[in-house]
Amino acid sequence: MSPSVAELLLQRLEREPPGPGGGLCSLEAAAALGLDHQTLVGAVKSLQALGEVIEAEARAATRWELSAEGAEVLRDGSPEVRLFRSLPADGLPQSDAMKLPGAQVGFSKAMANKWLRLDKAAPGGPRVFRAVEVVQDAVQESLRRVQQGDAAGLPERERNDLKRRKLLLEVTLKSYWIRKGSAFSTAVTRQETDLTPEMIATGSWRQLPFKPYNFSALGLPPACGHLHPLLKVRSQLRQIFLEMGFTEMPTDNFVESSFWNFDALFQPQQHPARDQHDTFFLQDPAEAPELPASYMAKVKKVHSQGGYGSQGYKYEWKVEEARKNLLRTHTTSASARALYHLACQDKFTPVKYFSIDRVFRNESLDATHLAEFHQVEGVVADRGLTLGHLMGTLRQFFTKLGITKLRFKPAYNPYTEPSMEVFSYHEGLKKWVEVGNSGVFRPEMLLPMGLPENVSVIAWGLSLERPTMIKYGINNIRELVGHRVNLQMVYDSPLCRLDV
Amino acid sequence: MPTVSVRRDLLFRALGRSYTDEEFDELCFEFGLELDDVTSEKDIISKEKGEGKAEGASDIVLYKIDVPANRYDLLCLEGLVRGLQVFKERINLPRYEKIIPAKGEGQRLIITEETAKVRPHAVAAVLRNITFTKERYDSFIDLQEKLHQNICRRRALVAIGTHDLDTIAGPFTFTAKAPSEIKFKPLNQSQEYTASQMMDLYRTDSHLRHYLHLIENKPLYPVIYDSNGVVLSMPPIINGDHSKISLNTRNVFVECTGTDMTKAKIVLDTIVTMFSEYCEKPFTVEAVEVILPNGKTHIYPELAYRKEKVKPELINKKIGISETPSSLAKLLTRMCLKSHVIGNGNNIEIEIPPTRADIIHACDIVEDAAIAYGYNNIQMTIPKTYTIANQLPLNKLTELLRLDLAAAGFTEALTFALCSQEDIADKLGTDISTTKAVHIANPKTAEFQVARTTLLPGLLKTIAANRKMPLPLKLFEISDIVVKDPSKDVGARNYRHLCAIYYNKSPGFEIIHGLLDRVMQLLEVPPSEENGYVIKATEGSAFFPGRCAEIFAKGQSVGKLGVLHPDVITKFELTMPCSALEINIEPFL
Repeated sequence: MSPSVAELLLQRLEREPPGPGGGLCSLEAAAALGLDHQTLVGAVKSLQALGEVIEAEARAATRWELSAEGAEVLRDGSPEVRLFRSLPADGLPQSDAMKLPGAQVGFSKAMANKWLRLDKAAPGGPRVFRAVEVVQDAVQESLRRVQQGDAAGLPERERNDLKRRKLLLEVTLKSYWIRKGSAFSTAVTRQETDLTPEMIATGSWRQLPFKPYNFSALGLPPACGHLHPLLKVRSQLRQIFLEMGFTEMPTDNFVESSFWNFDALFQPQQHPARDQHDTFFLQDPAEAPELPASYMAKVKKVHSQGGYGSQGYKYEWKVEEARKNLLRTHTTSASARALYHLACQDKFTPVKYFSIDRVFRNESLDATHLAEFHQVEGVVADRGLTLGHLMGTLRQFFTKLGITKLRFKPAYNPYTEPSMEVFSYHEGLKKWVEVGNSGVFRPEMLLPMGLPENVSVIAWGLSLERPTMIKYGINNIRELVGHRVNLQMVYDSPLCRLDV
Repeated sequence: MPTVSVRRDLLFRALGRSYTDEEFDELCFEFGLELDDVTSEKDIISKEKGEGKAEGASDIVLYKIDVPANRYDLLCLEGLVRGLQVFKERINLPRYEKIIPAKGEGQRLIITEETAKVRPHAVAAVLRNITFTKERYDSFIDLQEKLHQNICRRRALVAIGTHDLDTIAGPFTFTAKAPSEIKFKPLNQSQEYTASQMMDLYRTDSHLRHYLHLIENKPLYPVIYDSNGVVLSMPPIINGDHSKISLNTRNVFVECTGTDMTKAKIVLDTIVTMFSEYCEKPFTVEAVEVILPNGKTHIYPELAYRKEKVKPELINKKIGISETPSSLAKLLTRMCLKSHVIGNGNNIEIEIPPTRADIIHACDIVEDAAIAYGYNNIQMTIPKTYTIANQLPLNKLTELLRLDLAAAGFTEALTFALCSQEDIADKLGTDISTTKAVHIANPKTAEFQVARTTLLPGLLKTIAANRKMPLPLKLFEISDIVVKDPSKDVGARNYRHLCAIYYNKSPGFEIIHGLLDRVMQLLEVPPSEENGYVIKATEGSAFFPGRCAEIFAKGQSVGKLGVLHPDVITKFELTMPCSALEINIEPFL
């Protein structure tokens, strides 16, 4: 078996001393071994893959070469010289002169060199004559020097001129400088790509060399399913509430009556939120068939006349308004139902409730607003709760969300008093941003339900989308929620760890 | 939340000092306001219409301040300054006084019975010897607009008219007439129009056209005349040109008409308390006698001061602080609620001024004490409330199933609960009348016509929006659908559905079927006709004939699976075969 190119190269390289001083140029080696340069480069690459057998440093050199036309000029002379030499001493009519060899290309050059003279007034039309006795073919001379390897000896202007005339070509040559590697050996063995059951069975792995892995490449992605980022945040928020001892409220009714959505919360019937502009009302079923009669009578009274220490809103409360069905605008309607249920118990027991579910607003849509979003709500009902308790609970909750720098702003909500908006300092934006809304439910909401007078209910709410968009760096809500979601984003989204 | 725009320099001059933007923002935060934006007319115009249009506009600095929706007393510069100065204890709260003219000398407003069907209530007052400047005048007009947009509910509940009293002569009559019988020169017009003509005139008016519907279809329109038949206004649309106020007006007749008496009184009180500051005798308002159709008379404005007693320990207990009664009284006084300790410190007596219509319960007083104390000075504590947490069983099941569906290689989608009728009916080859869908009365676009009755359209639309993704696409969603249900108190109910689809070059029925088997395995329902689950051939409009099965479990039909009909695939703008599964998971609770 004749030695392979790689083996020939290694044998040639063995004669070189190790270290920076020794080595071979791939071009020279190819010439010396009588091989095509590309074949030798192939061998260099395969030896490199084996590890430290050889070291190869890529080099690039430019060289000047004659083009096919240049080679012709070298052989026959430049077109202007050929034209000059072919022209008889007594000249020729221009039309005949243009048929001489080299005339097409050389005529203007020869004229520019003032080698020829054109007599336009000659009888029988313009006539071309030699203007000088002898000429030197400098172009041919220059090309000869390039051919002899002395391109560097030509003035740059001349080289460029010849390049422009397409007689010379500038070629880039890629080559390698090859040296012995730290594991140099002339004996090349084939390396195993991977361990096989046979190798384990026979123990042959002990003797075999293994091809090294490329650890800088990525692995193969596993075939897997993915959870939606918003719902990953929902799971974490549920977890936080559960850690804090909060029980989940039922919220699985998107359709709600105006009664539970507004009236029960002491939100007056002329309140702007009850406008067509802000709320989705239903055409079918347009009205709620059943409202809790005796409780409703108390709600009506507190709105229209007051009571429980309240002045009320002093307007004509209409049951038709309360019956109007809608898509709930907040999950506080579900909290109202849960608290009413609590009030109907024989004996009051303190509770902590939470919910996370969809709510609906008939709003104009933009990059941060959709017609439906998720509301997160927490409620604590106990005797003697204070505003300080609300703030303390909020601090615990938001700390678990990874938000520690909080401050509270007085605000207005129709169903809470006192009310406070929760702000957190955003390190990125360098300003305080609103992260939630909170308050103590009004007595006008709680007492008609039948809760004891000394029971206070503190509550807070926030949207699920906003912390999710911040967590996952999403600017357009439509990429997160709804069918226009970017599935690649879902595939790529990391774990939801809110407090790291 | 209403936003009030005030000139910064005027504000600072009135406050008697200047602030940096940060300092003023801080003050707002503490008081429950929000400095929303620092801008100028020039900025606003160039933002809205482009820089070219802003040339020549004023670059005086404006503060845009968000005001809580129930604080009508803070909707103008005058009120904001008064509130902040009292808060900072730089001034005492002024006391608003109603001056009742000697008998026969005061103004009277007579309400006729015709108003009952269109706009039954009216109240009025006179601001006597007022001095307007350009700024005061602008603020006066602005406040009316702010009130109209907020408490007046875009003039539906209350409409305000202000008139130069020296151009008209009482007694005034508030009546209602047929539109053809009302004729006058409306504000800033050069000729007279009948009420019917005005409706046409204002149909294209960017501002007034929003109010036309309030009276347009009524047989009679409300109108106020003076004793010579001069029209003051045709509420809630437009005032007469004759009585319009100007910078030179010295005596202003203010009338508020409406459908809500309580709010009409609040609006009148707000206007006169804010602007009586500029009367010769500041904070005094001349009363007007209003004569009702039944002959009874009332004196307006009400300017009622109400007294409330609240126990100091209640305030302390509700907030979680322990301040002395006198310190609490001082805190409340800073909130424009003049308070003092009575009964040996057992009680605080609080006087609610006519500007604070928002104070309707002791809890409102508690909040003001907390604001004056400073929310951020309150000690945070953790309630001792001991409770055991419970998950909602339906959500617990959902959470567990989600994890295992993802583990089975399916990716979770989150689609909208609202969609078009087409999505749940036409596109699935069925008629909307068969769906029991809940219909929305006021959708802005077709995307919000109905609540979904199935999760399938949402998943198909998700695939359509992600067609560039490598195949196969395997998606699932566990979420609620909504259907009408007359047995429920609201006439509708949610069901928790699980839907999954497989989209590839081949339908992959076996993959969706395998997923069903896996779900049943997770739910511990064995494949068995008797007490397990079984699938039986059926037809479904969304499915390819012969490729659809109904799923029975726990003795009932829980859903369907199959290969989707090519028409369904095409209608959702898809091109590949697709199989799907949708079940109700509530029977497995």
